[in-house]
Amino acid sequence: MTKATPLLAIEALEQSFGGVMALAGVSFQTHENLIHAVIGPNGAGKTTLFNVLCGFYQPTAGSLRFNSQELRGLPPHRIAALGIARTFQNLQLFFNMTVLENVMVGCHLRARVGLLAAALRLPKVRREERQLREWSSEALELCELADHAEQPAGALPYGLMKRVEIARALAAKPRLLLLDEPAAGLNDTETLALRDLIMRIRTSGVTVLLVEHHMPLVMSVSDRLLVLDYGSVLAEGTPAEIQANPQVIAAYLGGAVQYAV
Amino acid sequence: MRLTGFFIFAASVALLPVLFPNNYFVTVVGIAAGLHVILAVGLNLLMGYAGQISLGHAAFFGMGAYASAILTTRFDWPGLLAMLAGLLVAGTIAWLLARPILRLRGHYLAMATLGFGIIIHVIMVQATHWTGGPDGLGEIPPLNLLGWTVDDDQQWYGVIAAAMLLSIWLSLNMIDSRIGRALRAVRGSEFAAQMMGIDATRAKTQIFVVSALFAAFAGSLFAHQQAFVSPDSFSLIISVELVTMVVLGGMASTFGAACGAIALTLLYEGLMVFEDYEMLIHGALLMAVMIFLPQGLFVGLSQGIRRGWTLIASRQDVQDARKAIQS
Repeated sequence: MTKATPLLAIEALEQSFGGVMALAGVSFQTHENLIHAVIGPNGAGKTTLFNVLCGFYQPTAGSLRFNSQELRGLPPHRIAALGIARTFQNLQLFFNMTVLENVMVGCHLRARVGLLAAALRLPKVRREERQLREWSSEALELCELADHAEQPAGALPYGLMKRVEIARALAAKPRLLLLDEPAAGLNDTETLALRDLIMRIRTSGVTVLLVEHHMPLVMSVSDRLLVLDYGSVLAEGTPAEIQANPQVIAAYLGGAVQYAV
Repeated sequence: MRLTGFFIFAASVALLPVLFPNNYFVTVVGIAAGLHVILAVGLNLLMGYAGQISLGHAAFFGMGAYASAILTTRFDWPGLLAMLAGLLVAGTIAWLLARPILRLRGHYLAMATLGFGIIIHVIMVQATHWTGGPDGLGEIPPLNLLGWTVDDDQQWYGVIAAAMLLSIWLSLNMIDSRIGRALRAVRGSEFAAQMMGIDATRAKTQIFVVSALFAAFAGSLFAHQQAFVSPDSFSLIISVELVTMVVLGGMASTFGAACGAIALTLLYEGLMVFEDYEMLIHGALLMAVMIFLPQGLFVGLSQGIRRGWTLIASRQDVQDARKAIQS
């Protein structure tokens, strides 16, 4: 493992909703250029972890440092500005817009134009629009969506919609990308394509934090795994270590299985 | 072309008085329609694109009108300066109001804006010393634009048409920009929009202010054009009519809002001959439109035409294919 400062360092993170402890003291770190999966049974706190990371919940205790900066207390749009992007377990596409426009919204933070300039359509607006289209096309290209750019986002099949979410998140040029169950609802071919896409994303220099139930995908794509159970860390390690971990097997995997896609 | 629709619309607006000079429906009704278009286009930014309702928009319309009326009659301010003051007042009040009010959603937001509209209306009626009370304020001087005085219906038609085209152009530009996309994103999924770095509160506040500015702008023009203002022109009914225009034309479409404004203005004029039955027919027509064209007149009809066109085109394709096979 690298000795450099971790990209994301979470310490003793607690999140309670009334009497329910969704996260009961989670600590882990992830480093630049890794694919780090978060697995665990339903209700283990995976999505809660993402929502705390993104600022949608204010944690009850603990700290989250991204690139040495504390995230606690920041609103979601400020956290996004630091270089964290995500996709959603339940699709959160902008169904009232085209695919290209969805991805252009992803570029929001990389653009500067304000209300007045936009209303008057100053020359710099046109220049910036061209730039945004270019950036968006790159993201669409990477996700193999270029042919669907002008379609309304709501008209796409489910598998493509999930990829539009990834393209939109990538358009923000994040340092850390959170993928929340990207394989849910995909068929085998689409899942294979997703694996390649996640690999390409990592190659392009983006660190990936992946919540996923599809074990073959998780085991083949991840560098490290974090296993959550009842809001606490059950284990952390490489896929091989996790598959051999008796606690994980008992709680989650249910028997020694060889995983391959 | 991005602005094709706009240029076609602008050309027809410019041609009307040439084709029908001194026609009552062009120069008198046209002026009213033009003002309604400005109001509806502004309100559509808030309702159609940001997904926030305002049942108190006549209040901002009134602020612009009363600012112009009071400042030009009582303090002899030049018209343009008074208009600017009106914009400033309406914009500031909208901004102050936006933070607390836009936290609310749905019915609660509707109630809050409704209350705001009523409060402003009560002030117009009660602050007799400033507003002239229920009798209103008269003898507002004609608008003077850098030495040119606008004083007959034809000239007013030109000024209002220009103002209306300006507001449509501004609206089209805003919607098709980073700001407009951010706004539509907030409507599509506020959750995801925030994760794209969009400050949802700020986006909604901005557009609420813009929408109020459009209304105040129309108000100033209205005051000068009518040379008289009274609280009746800014009551709750007017706010509801504005909402109706946006919904009738088709939400989230600038031309839809414009179309709704024109259609409703013409409807009021056309139905006057029915006297007592006016409101009855008016209501029935609105219900019919909402039942048969739930997306609104403009959006519903243009989609229908497009669908019909593809149908005809595909039939043509089939015929061509048949001919090719036969030959």
